[in-house]
Amino acid sequence: MNEITQGFWDAWALILFFDPDLYEIIFLSLRVTVTAVVIASLIGLPIGALLAVNRFRHRRFVIALLNALMGLPPVVVGLFVYMLLSRAGPLGGFGLLFSPSAMIIAQVIIITPLIASISHQTVRDLWANYHDLLISLNTTRAQRISALLWDSRRALLTATLAGFGRAIGEVGAIIIVGGNIDHATRVLTTAIALETGKGNFAFAMGLGMVLIMLAIIVNLLIHNLTKTEQASTW
Amino acid sequence: MKLGWKVLVAATLIASASHAETLRMAVTTSFYNSGLSEVLLPEIKADLGLEVQLIVVGTGQALRLGKAGDVDAILVHFRIAEEDFVEGGFGTHRREIMYNDFVFIGPSDDPANLTEANSAIDALQRIYAVKATFASRGDDSGTHKMEMNLWDAAELSTELPEGDWYRAAGASMGATLNVASGMNAYVLSDRASWLSFGNKGDLVLLYAGDPALFNQYAYIPVNPTLHPHVHSELALILEDWLTGAKAAELITNYTVNGEDLFTFNASTK
Repeated sequence: MNEITQGFWDAWALILFFDPDLYEIIFLSLRVTVTAVVIASLIGLPIGALLAVNRFRHRRFVIALLNALMGLPPVVVGLFVYMLLSRAGPLGGFGLLFSPSAMIIAQVIIITPLIASISHQTVRDLWANYHDLLISLNTTRAQRISALLWDSRRALLTATLAGFGRAIGEVGAIIIVGGNIDHATRVLTTAIALETGKGNFAFAMGLGMVLIMLAIIVNLLIHNLTKTEQASTW
Repeated sequence: MKLGWKVLVAATLIASASHAETLRMAVTTSFYNSGLSEVLLPEIKADLGLEVQLIVVGTGQALRLGKAGDVDAILVHFRIAEEDFVEGGFGTHRREIMYNDFVFIGPSDDPANLTEANSAIDALQRIYAVKATFASRGDDSGTHKMEMNLWDAAELSTELPEGDWYRAAGASMGATLNVASGMNAYVLSDRASWLSFGNKGDLVLLYAGDPALFNQYAYIPVNPTLHPHVHSELALILEDWLTGAKAAELITNYTVNGEDLFTFNASTK
């Protein structure tokens, strides 16, 4: 119990005294995860909508696959991305291993299925309502998808935030492909893993508190921004 | 979708920021946990203008990273594997830098009476005799390999230690010490990790000093003929520094909680 309270105080001390290392780590955590969420949303949201609108042969299988991939073990993704980006691997020539880019790639793989699955559920429900209208207006497929995505934007925000939540708290993949290098690829979660390994539980708890606070702040911020649209019915 | 791809590429490019003159070195957890790197790296940067990025992993993984050419040099501590690595052409040569030692840690009431052991093998035989709980790394690291060699030399009645008392954590030194602390188990640790470990609980140092427990660290630059992209000139500059007089002084005088950790023993060329 003592170490938990100690961790709480450590967290405040770190934040209030503007520990530069901590702010560097926080900034990198945000940079990696926000970039990954943006890329994964650009891929995942259209896939989700496409699966809701389109009827094709193996649709059910693809949806089941996507749902199953939501549970991808990060450490396996990490190993896979490591083998891809390793100098001995097929994409080794780019020299991306142990860089923030490698961490972004791993996180995109982890959260794209999650974002696509949730957005598929959301858009599917809306498509049931809009189906007759959009068909009667003789819209193209692209128009349908963009209309559906736009009109369910607030629910899709949940999909994006779920992706953010999974990515910001992820450690198994990014510690393998990022290498947890001080001042280069160290983020909050890998720093927590490191301090736990050193037996510095209070400090690790402190970093954990910072991580939770960061997630809350980001979520509150996003919810505040979307409140500006309260007038719209959807 | 075309726009999506452009944003994707742009975002990846922005994410990979520009690099200064850096060298990547895979080091073992025991070296990193000692805190010595926090003394050496700033000095290296000041003297050579070289930023050394450490990838902290087990010896097994460090050797894999070196073989794949993902790092420029490695600093590890398992001689047989190191010599295989150099013989296999993955490294140019092996240079010994310093050593510390492994120590036996265990519960303070010491049910296996390790304080009276007269050798590392005797210590293990005592643990085996009373089947006292023992936490093993179990992860093919340098420390784990050292432990397995000692068990082998201890000539147990079974081929390998096994049973409820023997717990293979399959984890890093710190995580294994956490396991041992939680179960009040015996554990073999490098001295550096033990001294800087913050969650000792009821554990104490019970046995050390057998020369069989010496833990030699060696530096191996990755072979540039195999991997043309590695910074082999930088690796050689770093080697000169690590084996030089200044490094000798910093390494020898480094202490944790007032205890000496490393003995510098690099041969001058």
